[in-house]
Amino acid sequence: MIKMSGAHALIEALYKEKVEVIFGLPGGAIMPVYDVILDSKIRHILARHEQSAAHMADGYARASGRVGVCMATSGPGATNLVTGIANAYMDSVPIVAITGQVPRSMIGKDAFQETDIIGITTPITKYNFQPRHASEIPKIVKMAFQIASVGRPGPVVIDLPKDVQTEVADMDFPDKVEIRGYKPNISPHPLQVEKAAELLTKAERPFILAGGGVIISNASQYLQALSELLLAPVATTFMGKGCFPENHPLSLGVIGMHGTLEANKSILEADVLLAVGTRFSDRSTGKIDEFCPDAKIIHIDIDPSEIGKNKAVDVPIVGDVSKTLFELYNSLSKRLEKRENSLWLKRIQQIKEEFKDKVRVEKDKDLVPQKVLRELREILPIDAIVTTEVGQNQMWASLYFKVYKPRTFISSGGLGTMGFGFPAAIGVKVARPDVPVVDIAGDGSFTMTANSLATSVTENIPVIVVILNNSMLGMVAQWQRLFYNRRYSAVELGKFPNFVKLAEAFGAQGIRVGSLDEFKRAVKQALESDVTTVIDVPIPPEENVFPMIPAGKGLREIIY
Amino acid sequence: MEEKQVKNYIISTIVENKPGVLHRASNMFRKRGFNIDSISVGPTEHKDLARMTITINGDETTVEQLVKQLSKLIDVIKISVLNPQSSVIRELALIKLHVPDAKARSDIINYANIFRGRIVDVSPASITVEITGTPDKIDAFLSLASTFGIKEIARTGITALVRG
Repeated sequence: MIKMSGAHALIEALYKEKVEVIFGLPGGAIMPVYDVILDSKIRHILARHEQSAAHMADGYARASGRVGVCMATSGPGATNLVTGIANAYMDSVPIVAITGQVPRSMIGKDAFQETDIIGITTPITKYNFQPRHASEIPKIVKMAFQIASVGRPGPVVIDLPKDVQTEVADMDFPDKVEIRGYKPNISPHPLQVEKAAELLTKAERPFILAGGGVIISNASQYLQALSELLLAPVATTFMGKGCFPENHPLSLGVIGMHGTLEANKSILEADVLLAVGTRFSDRSTGKIDEFCPDAKIIHIDIDPSEIGKNKAVDVPIVGDVSKTLFELYNSLSKRLEKRENSLWLKRIQQIKEEFKDKVRVEKDKDLVPQKVLRELREILPIDAIVTTEVGQNQMWASLYFKVYKPRTFISSGGLGTMGFGFPAAIGVKVARPDVPVVDIAGDGSFTMTANSLATSVTENIPVIVVILNNSMLGMVAQWQRLFYNRRYSAVELGKFPNFVKLAEAFGAQGIRVGSLDEFKRAVKQALESDVTTVIDVPIPPEENVFPMIPAGKGLREIIY
Repeated sequence: MEEKQVKNYIISTIVENKPGVLHRASNMFRKRGFNIDSISVGPTEHKDLARMTITINGDETTVEQLVKQLSKLIDVIKISVLNPQSSVIRELALIKLHVPDAKARSDIINYANIFRGRIVDVSPASITVEITGTPDKIDAFLSLASTFGIKEIARTGITALVRG
């Protein structure tokens, strides 16, 4: 037992969880904690808006596989975190968000900067805590990290009343906590694994759909071994992008609304579908009734509630993806002779060739997103990490920026949060200072959190922003072109801001390019620079992202 | 498409006995669009645990998903779907009835006795009956009592335990 204040106990407990960095913004109700941070070894990175602090913690967590921590004051500080927390919840990212709260005696009295952040964040967190006594803090922090990171990861909120932060108590820091209501099932049921192996052994046209769970579980090597053993083609969901090398002969790229033609066409011909670490989201499957209606489906996920939620399956397996794929591989390698699945692979090859270069890319123009992103891939080293904003930029990145390693493509999939990419890139760079980090952005999204330039410059966290600038809210404009008779409503952004000047105003470097050659030079210059660089790439304002499956339609109805 | 069979389910859970647990559960029902019929919460033999009993009318898939979503809540420790044949199921109802005359009064008392109910309050113009039993039994009494005119009803919702 050791006597200290709640604020001290919080920082001490975070330190014991090996937290290196907190992304945050102070305010009245969290000041006791900020006073302690000053003397601690934990680095604090000052955001300019709490939403960005949450996205930074999110990017940090996805790149490192560790828990990201963000912090804000009560009231507006806490509500500003909400978008970032919801984002982490939808994409299963382990973050712990710490908020200040008004003193205990003021709770429920509508005090200044009071908000019911427990009530607000209940549906968008795995759990949330509001310690009523300082002595509870060490145990609560331990539980928060355990809940955030074990099983299917997700965000946890700790809401600290100001007088709990200042209260002095005897503190006991446990090495372990037992949470009786939270015991995720890590090991798959052997019988289910056998059933899956049997189904896959008999399969003539096996197909693997790999989701974000493969990345979270660090299961890429097992996935690759399994696909090579089965000779099964692999498509990933958008969240799974990077879990299987996109230059592998069995890779078909990303499936779904803006997936590749070959992935969307091939999956419908599968007779056995192995879906791993995916929740069959509508953006991946299109109209669910028309998604592989005749295939037998094996579904591996650590979250039992995902089994049968969106799609009824034949063989459900609840367990950690890594462990399950490993056991499935072992079981299959005993059953399978060296496979010659040539018929199926020939068919896949045929589909690949049939749809090769079917999507139109402007030949005469130089600065089109497809060419820019392919060029960017050429220049960047294989382990460079890319984040994206949300909208057309994101879907072009998914289609044209090939990814070869897990945790090198980081994007807001579930919530689709504009403004995510840039602060996330800053968080990524903090976790991985050894690799270049690039935010593939649109002008609309980047503008939403562009004030994070201040953080990246003053905190010395250099990243590269490539703005595919069409002076439009491009994805909405695309839908208006396709489904609303070209009636543009509130999508034209005009010529402002001047991104070069904007970057320079924050002390960053800004470059506007006029050709693909200039773009290449700008990226090289940015890679050599030790300050954040914003590269403004003007692209045609009315370029569409194709292929596309209109919302609510089946994969068959893909347009390109 | 197969016709989905809809029936009544009783889900019995053991949860942490602390503030906010009911909020987390009801919030989840709302968020996922589950329309539950009743929920009752009360302490158990362990002071840090509570029993939450939920009834829902739905098809098997819906109920399976509801059970999974409930189990996912950190504060839910144990969960089981009760089989009505092997469970004791009870609900308590307080029914306040109009009493127009002395005959009605004696009729109500008779009916209450037949249903093993108790008269818990009497006033010149009304009488309040307490009935405990399965929801069917309470419904049966209510339909009988409605001929007198029902002033007010309070029902607790189902609570239940597995037999043996």
